[in-house]
Amino acid sequence: MSAQPAGQHAVTREHGLHLLREMLRIRCFEDRCAELYGAGKIRGFLHLYNGQEAVAVGVMQSLRSTDAIAGTYREHGHAIARGIAPRRLMAELFGKETGCCRGRGGSMHIFDATTRFYGGSAIVGGCLPLAVGLALAEKLQGRDGIAVCFFGEGAAAEGEFHESMNLAALWSLPVLFVCENNLYAMGTALARSQAATDLAARAANYRMRAQAVDGMDVLAVEAAARELVAFVRTERAPAFLEARTYRLRAHSMYDPQLYRSKAEVREWEERGPLVTFARRMEAQGLMSEDDLTALREEANAEVDDAVRFAEQSSFEPVADLQRFTYAEVAHGGD
Amino acid sequence: MAAIEANTRRITYRDAVREGLRDALRRDPAVFLMGEDIGKYGGCFAVTKGFLEEFGEARIRDTPLSESAFVGAGIGAALGGMRPIVEIMTVNFSLLALDQIMNTAATLSHMSGGQFNVPLVIRMASGAGRQVAAQHSHSLEGWYSHIPGLRIVTPATLDDAAGMLATALACPDPVIIFEHMALYNMEGELTAAFGPADIDHAVIRRAGRDVTLITYGASLYKCLTAAERLAAHGIEAEVIDLRSLRPLDERTFIDSVSRTHRAVIVDEGWRSVGLAAEIGMRIMEGAFYELDAPVQRVCGVEVPMPYASHLEQAALPQVEQIVAAVTGMMAGAAGGAGAG
Repeated sequence: MSAQPAGQHAVTREHGLHLLREMLRIRCFEDRCAELYGAGKIRGFLHLYNGQEAVAVGVMQSLRSTDAIAGTYREHGHAIARGIAPRRLMAELFGKETGCCRGRGGSMHIFDATTRFYGGSAIVGGCLPLAVGLALAEKLQGRDGIAVCFFGEGAAAEGEFHESMNLAALWSLPVLFVCENNLYAMGTALARSQAATDLAARAANYRMRAQAVDGMDVLAVEAAARELVAFVRTERAPAFLEARTYRLRAHSMYDPQLYRSKAEVREWEERGPLVTFARRMEAQGLMSEDDLTALREEANAEVDDAVRFAEQSSFEPVADLQRFTYAEVAHGGD
Repeated sequence: MAAIEANTRRITYRDAVREGLRDALRRDPAVFLMGEDIGKYGGCFAVTKGFLEEFGEARIRDTPLSESAFVGAGIGAALGGMRPIVEIMTVNFSLLALDQIMNTAATLSHMSGGQFNVPLVIRMASGAGRQVAAQHSHSLEGWYSHIPGLRIVTPATLDDAAGMLATALACPDPVIIFEHMALYNMEGELTAAFGPADIDHAVIRRAGRDVTLITYGASLYKCLTAAERLAAHGIEAEVIDLRSLRPLDERTFIDSVSRTHRAVIVDEGWRSVGLAAEIGMRIMEGAFYELDAPVQRVCGVEVPMPYASHLEQAALPQVEQIVAAVTGMMAGAAGGAGAG
């Protein structure tokens, strides 16, 4: 259950560039969100994924379009890595009708039926039972899909974590739990809030295959996830992946970060998933400085386009306020 | 009467619920049940007795004592194409699943811009009267009815107990069915060819010209008894069974009050900030100028439910109080007769 040493996994130029592109798309999107928040274009709570990109990108590589995904309120990265168009995502953050949820969800509640993306839950731990149920549906209908649930280490203190681990193991359901241990539940460090801090060991106590991985190493995450996804898919049983990672930005846009030192953040920035992977690609002669520049420009252009789209989109008419409180296919509700 | 008898069967409310469940399980392979002690034990109220043998482990799923996880799993399974019926043993334990019910089931359709519906059915037993004290006697139907995105139904008759389930299953929204504990042993007539029951409208269970009694669930029978006693005094009470608390069919009770010009709301739930207050206010909004007397409420007394029988009964709406409320308002007496 110990984390694998970094840099162990080989990669081709093509695949390496793909992984880096995906992580850059997320980083670029998130950095722009921070700017747009400052400019008042995005409001509400905004939780950025900087530093954790390797987890979403690494895990998504082995998923199929038929698999179901549930996540947390820090889910822009998962949404992008899953293939939700940045245009629809940005429009959602702008509260526009062209947003993936017509502006009803916002940053914390991203949903997309076409990619089986079930949120976007802003209640810590709330997505775990949902993922268990999605896995149950796969199993009962004899399909080969799996459910993947992303959540932070803070959720491991919630009752829903324990209830869900037990239920998934008891009923042998095809669900992969991906715990993104970024060391802080908002501003409270893991060791300040949980008595036992080895989360993979905790999951293993539920008779579940569990392992930890260096969540800053995209290749390590990808390899670990590939193995666990294959296990979950073929054995129709749950597994748990603890990705040890770090949130480089504040918890939300209101966080003065009194709970950690600047030196600590700087240290983790050095270990950031993009810089380390880009460095490795270059060192192995798989990528040039020009390649990196091109990827950056590509990612920037995509976000530029998304922002333009969001700016130009319209708001949903207020007359539609109550639409979708109840399904429109039958019955109305009051 | 002979024709009616041939078309009905005399069974208990419990068996009517069971028939509805069995019918649903037989009709649709996507339907499955999960909950605490519904399998091997046969259900806390013996509603699902024999189901495990008939339908098997995959469809009759005993759950651990993890209300949040199995309600949430019901939501997930519904999203994944199944038609789960989740039994929460009693409403009291549903508070452990309130996050999933309120933050997920009720919000998902709207929050996703209509992309996802949650066709989940949750059944739970509710109410007091069995001397099980403060933690096992809640009437929170009104509480749950506060939440947009949910549908709340309260079957009081056998046909509703058996038939509302099919309608709830066909509904794309989350539906909570409250079954009052006091009703399970009640015998009544189940229509032999019972079918899906309407879950949108209230019904008039007894017609009357002088006063409207508005209620739901087990209190229906207290109101019907009160109406009989009042009839002996020449007062004809109309009794409305709300059946659905959300959506609330205000048309039916406002029309009725517009005819009778008087209303008494009977609700086992606590009086303050509750369902009875909502109904009263809707009457103010919709039929104020029709009223000949202030609207009255007979509600649960605002106290955690005591164990001792005499105290418990004193905390619950009683037939005598309903009769007194009506006779008081007919005599033009001022002041409320509410138990709260």
